Amino acid sequence: MKTALLNFSAAYLLLLLLTFIGCGGDSNSDKNQSTNKNNTSGLPDWEFENGFGPIKKKLYLLPLDKVIAAEGEKIFESKCASCHKLDERYVGPAQRDVLKRVSPEFFMNMVLNPEENVEKHPHSKEMLAKYMQKMTNQNINLEDARKLLEYFRLLDSELPKK
Amino acid sequence: MYRKYFNMIAIALAIIATVVIVHNGCQQSKDLVSGDVAEKVYVKPGTYDDFYLFTSGGFSGHVGVYGLPSGRLFRVIPVFSQDPEKAWGYSEESKPMFITSHGFVPWDDAHHPELSQTDGVPDGRWLFINGNNTPRVARIDLSTFKTAEIIEIPNSAGNHGSPFITQNSEYIVASTRFSVPIPNKDVSLSSFKENFKGTLSFIKIAKDGAMNIEFQIIVPGFNYDLAHGGKGPSHGWAFFTSYNTEQANTLLEVNASQNDKDFVAAVNWKKAEEYIKQGKYKTFSSTYFNNRFDEKKHMGISEKRSDVKVLIPSECPGLIYYLPTPKSPHGVDVDPTGEYIAAGGKLAAVIPVHSFSKMMKAIENKEFDGEVDGIPVLKYESVMAGEVKNPGLGPLHTEFDGNGYAYTSSFISSEIVKWKIGTWEVVDRIPTYYSIGHLCIPGGDSRKPWGKYVVALNKITKDRYLPTGPELTQSAQLFDISGDKMKLLLDFPTIGEPHYAQAIPADILMKNSKKIFPIEENGNPYSTKAEKDARVERNGNIIHVYMSTIRTHFAPDNIEGIKVGDEVYFHVTNLEQDWDIPHGFAVKGANNSELLIMPGATETLKWLPMQEGVYPFYCTDFCSALHQEMQGYVRVSQKGSNVELAWGTGK
Repeated sequence: MKTALLNFSAAYLLLLLLTFIGCGGDSNSDKNQSTNKNNTSGLPDWEFENGFGPIKKKLYLLPLDKVIAAEGEKIFESKCASCHKLDERYVGPAQRDVLKRVSPEFFMNMVLNPEENVEKHPHSKEMLAKYMQKMTNQNINLEDARKLLEYFRLLDSELPKK
Repeated sequence: MYRKYFNMIAIALAIIATVVIVHNGCQQSKDLVSGDVAEKVYVKPGTYDDFYLFTSGGFSGHVGVYGLPSGRLFRVIPVFSQDPEKAWGYSEESKPMFITSHGFVPWDDAHHPELSQTDGVPDGRWLFINGNNTPRVARIDLSTFKTAEIIEIPNSAGNHGSPFITQNSEYIVASTRFSVPIPNKDVSLSSFKENFKGTLSFIKIAKDGAMNIEFQIIVPGFNYDLAHGGKGPSHGWAFFTSYNTEQANTLLEVNASQNDKDFVAAVNWKKAEEYIKQGKYKTFSSTYFNNRFDEKKHMGISEKRSDVKVLIPSECPGLIYYLPTPKSPHGVDVDPTGEYIAAGGKLAAVIPVHSFSKMMKAIENKEFDGEVDGIPVLKYESVMAGEVKNPGLGPLHTEFDGNGYAYTSSFISSEIVKWKIGTWEVVDRIPTYYSIGHLCIPGGDSRKPWGKYVVALNKITKDRYLPTGPELTQSAQLFDISGDKMKLLLDFPTIGEPHYAQAIPADILMKNSKKIFPIEENGNPYSTKAEKDARVERNGNIIHVYMSTIRTHFAPDNIEGIKVGDEVYFHVTNLEQDWDIPHGFAVKGANNSELLIMPGATETLKWLPMQEGVYPFYCTDFCSALHQEMQGYVRVSQKGSNVELAWGTGK
């Protein structure tokens, strides 16, 4: 039963990945044209909202998968928890509500490509000024970043609704 | 009688030295480097050198890594000697790499780096180097620039003639410089001729690089000096120089310089393999160690081995032949075609070049001039292809440019002599400053040299650098050999005493360079793969601290309950997964060294607290803006105290 579930999860994950790898062209079509009134950063709207990195298109998010989220939790423990706690400031900010603060696409881009975001993105720059520590590149691949996102989707779903 | 002779030699040497000094004095002003030289060695900030140069660290026991043409030092790789900077030989994980049949040997004298080859061309997988004093050969992994394996060579003393590789890295060959009783025993030193023997060792290289003493050949008790594998038509053969065929055991500088000719030994190792297969070997019981560093476990594993297969030449016809070679030959170098074998006779007036095809014909026609211990001696005239006349004084080593020219270092006259293969005429010569030993052309001992530069590895620097007290820097010099005339480009200091060096185009290595060790693959039994697993465990008086590091804290960073008399092991895992972010670990009063832990690796420091009190520890490698905050405390209480074991971070 568990194996079947895992297989299903793997297929599901593949599907998730396929939905955002490959095309990604449309975000560039309106480059340098800002339609978002809050965007005074000088960045194109896509980067302003979603950061710099391999995720260049809105993710198509299927319903929450707890098996994948559990795998994401393990990755969080080994690669992130040395600096991030869920509910308190540590080396970096508390993370439980991260998806209330940034988009899923931004979350993944920051995990996958911290250096560029810290250098270019106003939100990341602001965090650097606050925590005085550049977020490290933990060499996390696309698949594992997606599992991490699923973990935070799970945590997000457990947060009290406004 | 000897004394008179000795005086004559001394006078002769003094005259030569005077001539050399005067000669160099003139040359130096004439040989001022020309205007465009700076451009040729200038590597703009932020750009790369064309070649990696690996120099032996000589008596430092390390390997130096330089860039060419800039001469910039990039790295010192510790091999046979302890290095507290990298905890090499100090961390619990690296100590096994130093184990020999003589126990823990923390130093050696490293002479000859040799790159692995495929089809006779350096392939960038590994670099081998010999330890001369306590005979060993090391293998350095060129994806991590770290020593991956060290094997001890039994039945050897003074492992000078190694490690030279065969065309497809089938074997590393090694010859013993000092003949000794084999097996070693207590005999009178004057019984040299009766009891002393040499060995030629063949170390098999497995697909993954693992080394094994496949077989040894017992040879007459001469001094075996250097070697090279055959290539192309001579693939399957290996060549070894010998001197002291007089078999002197005292005052060799006189007594080993009597014979007009010594020998190059030509060994047919494919024949040796047949003899081994037929079981025509003896088994000598010898104890030696093989030490491998497991990159996944981040730890060295030392394995005791015994027994080695030994071939006796008199029982194995066709295995080995002697080529008479004037006079006390040092280097033996095979040209890129594999046909010519040049030997540098330290005391010879010519460079003799043997022909492989003539040698094969002479063997077929049995053109022998006697034999030594069952080893046929070929006639000099039958194997000699030509003699390079007027090659400078004290010719030592030859490298090749792949364009039909050879370059020989001449120690006494301090120069590089360029000569043409086939006509044997000297076409150019250039002074070196001073007393050149080895020389190196990138790929210069392979089938396809990259003949752009030659590097002179000099023994003496005298007036070339700012003085630094009685001991001056070691040094190398870079020459452009792309034109007809050699051109001096650059002097640069090197570590240790540089013996041989090898160079390889940067792009062959760069693409394989490892940036991190994936933390998921860390198989060290004492690793801490997540901060939540950081802990302290007591087992009697043994304390294991499972510690993690990340920018910018240790977990745990407060430890209490350690007592005087405890044996504390700090197992530090670096959780970083980012290139060039090692963390250091140092604790006050440690009797060994710091740790310098690469991203994803685990290293262990043993610490014996002697007195009660509080001991800080900290990160030694500047890692982030909050590096100065990366610290912790250990509280050490008196023996029998009831302070509970406790640890934590941030509480």
